[in-house]
Amino acid sequence: MKFSIMVNEGPYQHQSSDSAYQFTKAALEKGHEIFRVFFYHDGVNNATCLTVPPQDDRHVVNRWSELSKKYNLDLVVCIAAAQRRGILDDNEAKRQGKNASNIAEGFRISGLGQLIEAGIQADRLVVFGD
Amino acid sequence: MLHTVNKSPFEKNSLESCLRLSKEGCAVLLFEDAVYGALKGTQLEATVVEALKSKKMYVLLPDIEARGMRAEDVISGVQTVDYAGFVDLVAEKATVQAWL
Repeated sequence: MKFSIMVNEGPYQHQSSDSAYQFTKAALEKGHEIFRVFFYHDGVNNATCLTVPPQDDRHVVNRWSELSKKYNLDLVVCIAAAQRRGILDDNEAKRQGKNASNIAEGFRISGLGQLIEAGIQADRLVVFGD
Repeated sequence: MLHTVNKSPFEKNSLESCLRLSKEGCAVLLFEDAVYGALKGTQLEATVVEALKSKKMYVLLPDIEARGMRAEDVISGVQTVDYAGFVDLVAEKATVQAWL
């Protein structure tokens, strides 16, 4: 079955980011397809490569990146939510005249249309948030 | 239909709203802080026991254990599931509604 996942909260702030990851991982391990994971609102903070948690803590950002690499996951960050919170890829950094970008590996920045498409294309849209 | 609830019923009223408004025959999954609603001996137990007469109720065991509780602390009739069971529930039901 095809699932899409929506994540509305940031890492280390609310459990929803962890729940979404565990659900996504379990679905993939059961052989389901994840059409897309869409990060919206504070959820975009899951996509910054500047995150440095203590070594004995889980690395929420890298965990998503690794899952994306292993299963070729489409991790999409809402552009408007990302710009407000300082999440930029190279193109956006250049366009906004910023001297650095910080999007983590495996994530891409795009628009809300990607969420609508995720809802249409998948059999189920599962929402994790506060 | 599957309803997912993630708020403690002692903090927010989303579980009560969900149980009041959801239809008979539906399934309700409690996870994150909502697992407190599945415990024996709380003020909410009677409401949950009543809901069990017409609805299936599930609780995410990893979230129970993460809060220092065990499967034995769960109201009988509320089924415990792991993340794989959560995935199965979503796949089984035609629609899923998150009570955020």
